[in-house]
Amino acid sequence: MSVEAREARQPWILLSPALTAVFLLLFVPLLFIVVYSFWLRTATGADQVGFFLDNWREALSDAFYRDILLFTLKIATITTLVCALMGYPAAYVIARSKGNKALLLLLLMLPFWISYIIRTMSWINILGVSGALNTALLYVGVIDEPIQMLYNQTTVILGLVHFLLPFMILNVFVSLEGIDTNLEDAANSLGATRWQAFLQVTLPLSLPGLAAGGLLCFVLGAGTYITPLVLGGPSDAMFANLVFEAIITQLNWPLGSALSLMLLAVLGALVMVYNRYLGMAQLMKGLG
Amino acid sequence: MSSVHLNNIVKRFGAVTAVQKTSLEIQEGAFVTLLGPSGCGKTTNLRMIAGLLDPTEGEILIDGKRVNDVPIHKRNLGLVFQNYALFPHKTVAENVAFGLKYRDVPSSDISRRVTEALELVQLPDVGERYPKELSGGQQQRIALARAIVIEPDVLLLDEPLSALDANLREDMRVELKRIQERIGVTTVFVTHDQSEALAMSDQIVVMSAGRVEQVGAPEEVYNTPASEFVANFLGASNILAAECKSRSAEGVELETPIFGKLVVPAEKAPNLGGAGPAKLVIRAEKLLVAAKDAAAPDGVISVPATIEAVDYQGQAVRYFVRAGEAQLQAINMIDQRPFAAGDEVNLRLRPIDCAALPDQ
Ligand SMILES: Nc1ncnc2c1ncn2[C@@H]1O[C@H](COP(=O)(O)OP(=O)(O)O)[C@@H](O)[C@H]1O
Ligand SMILES: [Mg+2]
Repeated sequence: MSVEAREARQPWILLSPALTAVFLLLFVPLLFIVVYSFWLRTATGADQVGFFLDNWREALSDAFYRDILLFTLKIATITTLVCALMGYPAAYVIARSKGNKALLLLLLMLPFWISYIIRTMSWINILGVSGALNTALLYVGVIDEPIQMLYNQTTVILGLVHFLLPFMILNVFVSLEGIDTNLEDAANSLGATRWQAFLQVTLPLSLPGLAAGGLLCFVLGAGTYITPLVLGGPSDAMFANLVFEAIITQLNWPLGSALSLMLLAVLGALVMVYNRYLGMAQLMKGLG
Repeated sequence: MSSVHLNNIVKRFGAVTAVQKTSLEIQEGAFVTLLGPSGCGKTTNLRMIAGLLDPTEGEILIDGKRVNDVPIHKRNLGLVFQNYALFPHKTVAENVAFGLKYRDVPSSDISRRVTEALELVQLPDVGERYPKELSGGQQQRIALARAIVIEPDVLLLDEPLSALDANLREDMRVELKRIQERIGVTTVFVTHDQSEALAMSDQIVVMSAGRVEQVGAPEEVYNTPASEFVANFLGASNILAAECKSRSAEGVELETPIFGKLVVPAEKAPNLGGAGPAKLVIRAEKLLVAAKDAAAPDGVISVPATIEAVDYQGQAVRYFVRAGEAQLQAINMIDQRPFAAGDEVNLRLRPIDCAALPDQ
């Protein structure tokens, strides 16, 4: 075999374990889901095999699903904006810090060592009726009886921000790190104040990182069901909770499949728009 | 156009002293080069003048006015970096216009001045392109245009040519000097490349380990080095231990084991007081290797020597020669055929070409 032929084959050999796993664990189940979505759950509880459009008709036409989809996108949007506003300054400080950058990055990674579910549940100990905050307020005498602070839209967003902020910070940090600090110096020497130099040079050059972080926050936020389950009230169900409900509670796999494909399509379209304008390379940089 | 004064400047980074008690006077319109090896504090000095670093001690005056507390964006200086530092998301024209936006220049004048600046750096047609679409040399010209379009009081350049390849570097050297002379701006140029410094500067400031070793015109620092460091850093020199016998109006009399007694002109030994230990500095290109039997002209010292190694360089050749105890370097133009290793030769030297230093 020629050197060229061997070199051409090598990436495929190295990629094959990962490709096999992705194929068997992601692509094949996804195909099952697609097939399922055309089956029909009968009154007896058994699934009727065939090609029925009933689930799709229900998923796409019922205002209940549409409203929850819009609610989900709204929560994800707010979460993303909050993460951007809180994450950007933090990323800037880390990127520009001299001596303790490694320590700050380590602190940023620390939450990942604790399960996301436990981190979410920790808010119950803080905001719950007998949680830390109520206890403190009672003790100080600001309130006479505990307030119910949990189980609403705000606590869902709080939990999501808590979960997603490190992803935003990391992505913005990576893109800020890639900006030559001489650029800001050059802008200053040309007469721009530090704030003007930031707006003219650093901010535009870091937008790809902000967009990548935003995409990650949005997709992960819109796809979550644990946070609304743990921290939301009955009216705070998000789209993934519907899928959970259909499949786990009602054992209606065909409808659950159609709903999950619907969410996948919406988020997939978003990723495609992102990829069209900004490219996946930036996202990969932020993840790596 | 402005003068720049550094007054007893010290800069410390924690325990590291990057610049030690430096005083420097840069005249209006002069082209002054800070020359020295990497890490000697050149960039630190430049960044203090620019306002990117605060001096730990001392003051900086521009046009006689203390600027220590003037922030960089109010200093009106042109800054050019080794890596160009063009704004990658802005076109060339937007890059050049950047500084004008902060200077109340009417927009009709902005485009005219941008055009003029691009013409000055001989790239009139690239305004609509992005920096990454230009070669390194072109990018550096744009960086220069961006720095001078604001009509800065002082132009500060930090190794602006060292990212370019050798040929381009020499062209840019001429170009940069032409532009500087045309606009007459006071210029502080930083380099570790002695040939750049010698070719371009009105004054060279030779630095070592945070200190100024010598300040002078190129011929002055080259021909009359004030210290062993300067003699070694600029070109190749032979530095021999010598004994100073006496100093008189016409020169200092030195004695060395190899060349015997010789009289170095007084102006080539400004720091040598009188009798005592001294150093004789002989530039490698002032040491002439001649055939053994050829007679030496008057006023030329000639001593026997053996060629140990020959380093052929095209039009010139570098000989490593042994004379008595010492190994010396001689860089000579090649006349017909170079000598070969092992040849017995004569080394010729004119005392007026030598310099002398006190022995530290
Ligand atoms: N920000 C800094 N922090 C600590 N030390 C520095 C800093 N900048 C420069 N130095 C030190 O100061 C000395 C001079 O640096 P510099 O001015 O960059 O030298 P040059 O430009 O001549 O190569 C070096 O020893 C360098 O390590
Ligand atoms: Mg430097």
